[in-house]
Amino acid sequence: MVGIVAYGAYVPRLRLNRQAVYDANKWFAAGLRGLAKGERSMANWDEDSITMAVEASRDCLTSHKAEDVRNIYFASTTHPFKDRQNAGVIGTALNVEQNLSATDIGGSLKAGTSALIAGLNASREGAPTLVAAADKRMARVASSNELNYGDGAAALLCGTENVIAKLVGHHSVSMDFVDHFRGDESDFDYGWEERWIRDEGYSKIVPPAIKAALAACKLTGTDITQFIMPSLMPAVPKQMAKMVGIGEGAVRDLLGATLGDTGAAHALVMLVDALESAKAGDKIMVVAFGQGVDILVFEVTAEKDKLPARKGLSGWMARRKEEKNYMKFLAFNEMLPIDKGMRAEFDKKTALSVLWRKRDMIYGLVGGKCKVCGTVQFPRSQVCVNPNCHAMDSQDPYAMAGLECSVMSFTADSLVYSPDPPGYYGMITFTEGGRFMADFTDSDKDQVKVGAKMRMTFRIRDNDQMRGGFKRYFWKAAPV
Amino acid sequence: MARGIKDKVAILGMGCSKFGERWDSGAEELMLEAYKECLKDAGIDQNQLQAAWFSTAIDEVHVGKSGIPLSTTLRLPNIPVTHVENMCASGTEAFRGACYAVASGAADFALALGVEKLKDTGYGGLPGGRGGPLQVLWNASGTAPGNFAQLATAYMTAHGVSGEDLKKAIGHVSWKSHQNGAKNPKAHLQKAVEMETILNAPMIASPLGLFDCCGVSDGAAAAIVTTPEIAKALGKKDIVSVKALQLSVSNGSESGHNSWDGSYFHTTRIASKRAYEEAGIKSPRDEVSMFEVHDCFSVTELVTMEDLHISETGKGWKDVLDGFYDADGKIPCQIDGGLKCFGHPIGASGLRMLYEMYLQLQGKAGPRQLKDPRIGMTHNLGGAPRENISSVAIVGRYE
Repeated sequence: MVGIVAYGAYVPRLRLNRQAVYDANKWFAAGLRGLAKGERSMANWDEDSITMAVEASRDCLTSHKAEDVRNIYFASTTHPFKDRQNAGVIGTALNVEQNLSATDIGGSLKAGTSALIAGLNASREGAPTLVAAADKRMARVASSNELNYGDGAAALLCGTENVIAKLVGHHSVSMDFVDHFRGDESDFDYGWEERWIRDEGYSKIVPPAIKAALAACKLTGTDITQFIMPSLMPAVPKQMAKMVGIGEGAVRDLLGATLGDTGAAHALVMLVDALESAKAGDKIMVVAFGQGVDILVFEVTAEKDKLPARKGLSGWMARRKEEKNYMKFLAFNEMLPIDKGMRAEFDKKTALSVLWRKRDMIYGLVGGKCKVCGTVQFPRSQVCVNPNCHAMDSQDPYAMAGLECSVMSFTADSLVYSPDPPGYYGMITFTEGGRFMADFTDSDKDQVKVGAKMRMTFRIRDNDQMRGGFKRYFWKAAPV
Repeated sequence: MARGIKDKVAILGMGCSKFGERWDSGAEELMLEAYKECLKDAGIDQNQLQAAWFSTAIDEVHVGKSGIPLSTTLRLPNIPVTHVENMCASGTEAFRGACYAVASGAADFALALGVEKLKDTGYGGLPGGRGGPLQVLWNASGTAPGNFAQLATAYMTAHGVSGEDLKKAIGHVSWKSHQNGAKNPKAHLQKAVEMETILNAPMIASPLGLFDCCGVSDGAAAAIVTTPEIAKALGKKDIVSVKALQLSVSNGSESGHNSWDGSYFHTTRIASKRAYEEAGIKSPRDEVSMFEVHDCFSVTELVTMEDLHISETGKGWKDVLDGFYDADGKIPCQIDGGLKCFGHPIGASGLRMLYEMYLQLQGKAGPRQLKDPRIGMTHNLGGAPRENISSVAIVGRYE
């Protein structure tokens, strides 16, 4: 039996208030008033699809060992690198390299489901496969996309042991129906008329594909208990369900009111949402539309209730901070030529040879543990840091990203350049041993305190814009 | 412990430029300004110099590397010139090099000169963006105020000092230095500041406000050293000799091992102990007449006075509030105005501090002159509380 064995999700903490966006733009685009409701997730300045996918993957692997993963498929339409294996960065951050195949899947909003199909098939022979999907799409100022999109990620571990949602079947069609596109020379999507997309696209492509999928699974529409189908047109999923005999009650909420559409990740984000409350015997259909359609059907098993707790979508959704400052959203997305000052001018060139030598330290937050005195330390070095030990060549690699840690001292620095001033940083002490001066993220005044418990999170440290946007990643501390 | 260099080296002459935003001068002009005064004070000919040590810390924004800038600017007689950099301890390092040359007998006359020209960067604060290719991948993106602000939070936590009490104490540190600096024509800032202004100043890195931070300025200072015997032979009176020079450098235990609580300078405790031993000082609180310590931030000075074993650990803030370190207190600290009023041209600061000690010990400090000082101690702290170089120098009357 092949299927999903674990799930995880990630949603940035900030939630952009749509009314605030509309209020800023209504002079120009009064027609957006109908969308000025609720909020959308908004990546912090130091988050992109890789960092969000890493967090969703860590959430997913709460119950499983990263080193058992044999394949990573990373789906996105906003991979930070065009040529550099984005999925490989996730692997390094999870401290898996050996016996690992890493693959990026993109180019369509159904990249998430395509990755999931590939992942399920790859894991049939007993090779656990991690499927991560994340998107952080740009949208033009005063566009409907700006209000509709959200940033987020999901991760699913596929395998054959302790399957919580067994794959019943899948079906795909591919046709070059261009409802929207994003060319190589643009940061933004360009879309055609919605009515045409609905009548000539969804209505003519999706129902026959669903029917074929149901037939292959020997099911009828009424068997489906959860119907997942992302769409920027909220009526469309209901319409499609109706056309194939799936009950309206089965159609899952699009999460538009609180999260927004997370692009290539959204079908999987909605699947995680559904799995969180699913019961054994539920039959979940996942449909993703994008130059064709992918359809997957799962049946939830009794193993689902045995899956250890994790944050999941609901947990990350509950960690929320409302953001009413639309200017901040624009600045974070480099949509505003803000005066960063001379302190932002320092060259951010990365020595790739150093990054390679120290990749476990920088991407994996791997420190050392002294074999002689047992001291955990970061970074790992050739001489133990313990003043009463100083043993040489005594340290084994020791992964520290998941260790409990807290604030020893900190400051809010108004002088240092930060895209979100003041810059918070401080000495992070790991309960097991080891410490280092770390940047903080997702932090507010009165939230960070001496002794406060923190959690290490994988983030962008710098963006080398002089060299085409080489993102430097490292770990930061965030309040628990 | 080794025998040390107590009384083996005498300061023959010193010079110090006017500190400040010296838009009129480059590093070269500042060097000459300090050097001319120094050479005249020493009363020797330039050709008698046999070795020189030259300190700068952020040379990439002014003179660049090597000993050549000193040699060419001064047209030195092709003597050895060693360029030293050890962050904020650089000036003291130059002095140490010159003193060791004389103490060893390798040179009869050695020059130490430190300079920093920081005000050609286009912005306030210290130039940033330094660090090797690994450091920039993981070191927190901090500034000096942010790093030293954490000393304040850790100090409060370790000793149960309230934010209000600490703010008052570090405010007094700055208030006292401004009172002193107002009497010093070479200081960058020469105005006394009201306590209320200090306490209500804008925050730079909490809990440090504007007046808790020293300024950034340009300046240079220099010393020519020789042996006490040669100084005497040259007819010098009121000879000032070197009693101790010590340095302690972090080895990573504070920044990487959980035994340090962030509330003190591990290295300063070590360096000062070694210095007292070298100088033969048994009870520093009774024997040291005055201090110039590294008040890059007000809280640094407060904590340093504990780590120099003058105030009891955790009680330094009370001594400060009692006026113990004021100009009319038991042991005046920063009698020249400190980094607070001079700013911190990094390579020059250590020598600038010694300059004030030298003037005071000779009774030449004008309106700032203390009554009968015998022992003066300077201290520099380079780096951050978690990883630093602490340098200590003790000078006194040669008796």
